[in-house]
Amino acid sequence: MAELLIISTLNGVLFGMLLFLMASGLTLIFSMMGVLNFAHASFYMLGAFFGFQIARWAGFWPALILAPILVGGVGMLVERFGLRNVHKHGHVPELLFTFGLAFVIEEVVQMIWGKSPVDFRVPAILDFPAFTIFATNYPAYKLFMLVISIAIFVALFAALTKTRVGLIVQAALTHPHMVAHLGHNVPLVFMTVFGFGAGLAAIAGVIAGPALVTQASMAALLGPILFVVVVVGGLGSLPGAFVASLLIGLLQTFAVSVNLSLADVFSFLNFTPRPGTTLADLWKVTVAQIAPIMPYILLVLVLIFKPTGLMGTRDT
Amino acid sequence: MTGDVLKPSLAPLERTGPLGVLMRSAVWIVLALILAMLPLVFKTGTSLTLMSLMGIAIIFALSYNILLGQTGMLSFGHAVYYGLGAYLVVHSINVVTANKLPIPLPLMPLIGGLAGLFFGLLFGWVSTKRSGTAFAMISLGLAELVGSSALILRGFFGGEEGITTNRAKLLRVFDWSFGPQIQVYYLIAAWCLLCVFLMYKITRTPLGRMCNAVRDNAERVQFVGYNPQVVRFLAFCLSGFFAGIAGGLAAINFEIANFALFSAAQSGTVLLATFIGGAGYFFGPIIGAVLVSYLQVMLSDLTEIWQLYFGLMFIAVVMFAPAGIAGIIMLHQPLVKRGTLLKVLPSYVLALVPALVMATGIVLMIEMIFRISSKEGEEAMIKLFGMHVSSTSPTLWGISAAMFLAGLVACRLTWPLVASAWSRASAAEPGGSAA
Repeated sequence: MAELLIISTLNGVLFGMLLFLMASGLTLIFSMMGVLNFAHASFYMLGAFFGFQIARWAGFWPALILAPILVGGVGMLVERFGLRNVHKHGHVPELLFTFGLAFVIEEVVQMIWGKSPVDFRVPAILDFPAFTIFATNYPAYKLFMLVISIAIFVALFAALTKTRVGLIVQAALTHPHMVAHLGHNVPLVFMTVFGFGAGLAAIAGVIAGPALVTQASMAALLGPILFVVVVVGGLGSLPGAFVASLLIGLLQTFAVSVNLSLADVFSFLNFTPRPGTTLADLWKVTVAQIAPIMPYILLVLVLIFKPTGLMGTRDT
Repeated sequence: MTGDVLKPSLAPLERTGPLGVLMRSAVWIVLALILAMLPLVFKTGTSLTLMSLMGIAIIFALSYNILLGQTGMLSFGHAVYYGLGAYLVVHSINVVTANKLPIPLPLMPLIGGLAGLFFGLLFGWVSTKRSGTAFAMISLGLAELVGSSALILRGFFGGEEGITTNRAKLLRVFDWSFGPQIQVYYLIAAWCLLCVFLMYKITRTPLGRMCNAVRDNAERVQFVGYNPQVVRFLAFCLSGFFAGIAGGLAAINFEIANFALFSAAQSGTVLLATFIGGAGYFFGPIIGAVLVSYLQVMLSDLTEIWQLYFGLMFIAVVMFAPAGIAGIIMLHQPLVKRGTLLKVLPSYVLALVPALVMATGIVLMIEMIFRISSKEGEEAMIKLFGMHVSSTSPTLWGISAAMFLAGLVACRLTWPLVASAWSRASAAEPGGSAA
């Protein structure tokens, strides 16, 4: 039991921190530009594939630096030549633009790297068990992922609260017009923040690529969970996104390891529904089986009891 | 001013008295005749299948537009109601067949509609609590929830294989078995016409008008004394109802319901179709549904990466024509009225040539990249005018890059011509009332 608790907590925090790497960029972009970037998970995927390609040519460490920079550049171009032009048509076309972009990025990745997963390996230097706990080896690479994501979290927090740029960004989160009136180049700030957010997602992609599966459907698999995170946390709230990321990370990881079903819990009732019926399916399904839909159940519950999200104040 | 400009165009439809009624019903009678005559013109099996798909897509897209176009709610999970409608119809047909109940097939889509309505009530209650971006994300989450549940609840949804049925075993009316595709086409066409009619009429009711008001300014709606949340909820339920009918027709058409009905691609396609057609006009989604169904069938025959072109086309529409095809058509209405449409046509032709050249260049490059990265040997060749050319041939790369660049430059040059032709055409007013 203790083994399960420790390993699941570590994995859960890790998954949560990865989610936050993406959710933070998404939240920054949303708060500032009012557009929820549908293609954010696609930048994560681009990060993983660019990382894979660069790692093949030059090794993992250059990939860890270069891939996020490249993806950040792509993000800036998307903002400058795409989003900025669509902006005048309103928020719905903006959202639809990013939706179309996500669609196109997935197709392009599929066209270049194929539909099947690519062989993105953990670098040899990190390919050993970090520690053994109750006969379970915990891979060093996962620890490395955890360290990187926590380091970025700390750096982001420090940059946002302690530096001048961070203050401008923070101000632009709540009062974008006022910031513009004060003479800051808001379009430039937008472009930088968009590129920066895309870069953060790409870092998540590069470090998650070897541990998870690098394939063309990874954006479509992760994207909806990412949106659940930002809605559950409260749209536009960075602390909310952080709490929700960890919550969903832990929830999903723990759910996977719980093998209980309604039949087990209520076994004292001695009740067996007729096989083949929906009730029988519901009765037999284990928590582990519904782990993938846990975030969505959480989403529905949060919306019923607190429609603005855990820490949200905005109503759009 | 704008009101005055718009009024004459609506006049024939707004007119009261027997003449007005006649003119208004004439539109629907003509539509019915067209739908009835279509199979006489397009006789092949392929076109019958395609037209059946188009009919379903039209209902689905219009139901989606009750949300997007009429009420301003962007949903990424409309396939939920379509899919649930389809499942309920498949199950109902199986139950009716097994118990030999006296219910004919043509009534079955109604069950799909009621299923859509029921789940619209259920999910709409949760999701219409929020509007705007949050609503969009909730719809996405609900779609994922239902899609994943479909794989867990195997008893009802039949797991990965889905559930099959046989449409031809029900009570027969007028000796129609609905085995042959032509009979299914007429069933779909009839339901399509009925649904289009109903959905059009809904836009003319006070509820339809309130939906538009909620879309345009929800705050003001509140001041007037309406609850925007209730209006959104009602629109959501109606939209679920019609989506369920479309799903039911799809179930009858394919005789199967599987979990792919809930896929993100299904929800995405209806969004694409509605937006490309033009969400701002009632007839926009009809154009979009017809076009997208046609492209899905035809493009997938031509190239394996047709979905990429599809996405690029969507982005182009979002960027350059956010009002969709219907918007472009309606833009020309004042010119038609002034009789100056012919003045702009030459400039269109002039602008179209470089645009086509540019598009050809892009397509060539995409196809070459596709072949280099994922094909080998004979398949890596690109077929051009009956010749096989290697995808790595520098000449071909040079030609396509040149086409792209030349097209881009020429586009930039010809666009002002269109603009000036346009302003000349709209300035030349016969009536006098200055623009």
